[in-house]
Amino acid sequence: MDDERVLDGNVLAGDLGAVFTAEMTSATVTCAGCGDAGALAQAVAYVDAPGTVLRCRGCEGVLARVVRTRDEVWLELRGIRSIRVPAPTVGASPA
Amino acid sequence: MGVVSRGFGSRRDDDGGRPLPPGQYLTEDFPVLSAGPTQVVDTDRWRLDVRDVDGSTHSIDWAGLMALPSEEVTVDLHCVTRWSKHDTTWRGVSVEVLLDSLLEEETEAEFALVRCYGDYTTNLPLEDLLDGKAWIAYEYDGDELRAEHGGPARLLVPHLYLWKSAKWVNGIELRQDDEPGFWETLGYHEYGDPWLEQRYSGD
Amino acid sequence: MRRTSTPWLRARVASAWLETRTARTLVLDVPGWPGHDAGQHLDVRLTAEDGYQAQRSYSIASASATDRVELTVQKVPRGEVSSYLVDVAREGDELEVRGPVGGWFRWTPDDERAVSLVAGGSGVVPVMAMLRARQQAGSTAPFHLLYSTRTPDHVIYADELYRIATSGTGVEIAYVFTRGGLPDDVRAPGRLTAADVAAVEASIGRPGRVFVCGPNPFVETATRLFLDAGHPASIVRTERFGPTGG
Repeated sequence: MDDERVLDGNVLAGDLGAVFTAEMTSATVTCAGCGDAGALAQAVAYVDAPGTVLRCRGCEGVLARVVRTRDEVWLELRGIRSIRVPAPTVGASPA
Repeated sequence: MGVVSRGFGSRRDDDGGRPLPPGQYLTEDFPVLSAGPTQVVDTDRWRLDVRDVDGSTHSIDWAGLMALPSEEVTVDLHCVTRWSKHDTTWRGVSVEVLLDSLLEEETEAEFALVRCYGDYTTNLPLEDLLDGKAWIAYEYDGDELRAEHGGPARLLVPHLYLWKSAKWVNGIELRQDDEPGFWETLGYHEYGDPWLEQRYSGD
Repeated sequence: MRRTSTPWLRARVASAWLETRTARTLVLDVPGWPGHDAGQHLDVRLTAEDGYQAQRSYSIASASATDRVELTVQKVPRGEVSSYLVDVAREGDELEVRGPVGGWFRWTPDDERAVSLVAGGSGVVPVMAMLRARQQAGSTAPFHLLYSTRTPDHVIYADELYRIATSGTGVEIAYVFTRGGLPDDVRAPGRLTAADVAAVEASIGRPGRVFVCGPNPFVETATRLFLDAGHPASIVRTERFGPTGG
């Protein structure tokens, strides 16, 4: 894993911000393949492709894929078993 | 449309004196695109499985591939990330020759799902693989195809965007229905004709 | 905090200058920019006359301010956005930005722990934002910057880093030159070593937070050196950038 062209999940902050209200790169994600858990920001990002492919640092399995078309963002999270983010503590309203 | 940035976009005006597909620019080098780690596959271990619609599987190993008649082709490449490259020279076995050698009867398939080491997939109509339009390529520019460019063997389908020319190919699944591949399931066009600028789903 | 999807904002180049032969700082006027935390980035979107758009993510170089943000962009081979920002964009030109984004690689002045910043090449940009935020806030958190470049000519922000290091405010800066240094350098040119990392602890004690930013191989090496020196993985935060895609 010494490829200069490989980035990390930090690079997805903007596109994920178009989909989620929570800050997703700080989220803890669990790989559906091997069960490794870690910050999405630290997963391996392949950006030299038609889209961005986020892979598990443990097993290299695909965690997530993001494609930006002319006017949409497509996001697949098939390789992520769970996502953990801090629960909102301010401004939460009762149901 | 957003704010136009003065002076942005001009690199796509250089067409090398020949028409380029819309939205493409010409490059001299050969960019490496990858959706995952480079697959390093020894030719001793290499195998390609053709699975027909009846469920039968027909395999060929490296020696078998080398024993088939090959051809040298010079083609232009068009990548959906907007670079095009003129006059690239490859050697490989045409997919039609490969299928004829492996299948005893003509297949009833309409579509193909191409599989690869590293689990990449791409789909296309079977007719786009036949009739001298596609090859299993194993030499580039007179040398054996390097792993970063898909060696030991990749699919070469130059009339479609380059994501269809799957690197590290190891299987062709012949199908009656069209099963979308890796990029085709996430916003990219199911066919990908660069001259019609079929980049994204719905183009 | 709840927020809605971050909007694209219109930005205008207020000024720009070269930091090295291939890295350029751009000061952008961005009406509506809400300010940011050090280490966050923004997305830049360029639109051509024919509607073609390209988008890239860049680290923010400046400390937080409203309506204004600074980037330092390293030109990368075939990088259509970075080439535009370094070679073409001039005062008054317009583009779009979206942000701030990113919450992982981030420092805020309420964090009083000792901080080790480790930068390779233009990886210095987000850690410079952290240094600037520290100075702006008058923070007394001990800071150490370990900055690796090929040669002294490749150092970005050389003058400002010198002023910060000599300001007597508790910031120490060490340079690592991988290809060639200056004639009287004590350290021989070469890649980051365990001794370089040991010097961090000698300067600021055990850091409570380590921020590493640079190309992937640099980040891998630096992170391994910190772990080998007994620093827990939980304090190390990394951000990788690449020579392509920009």
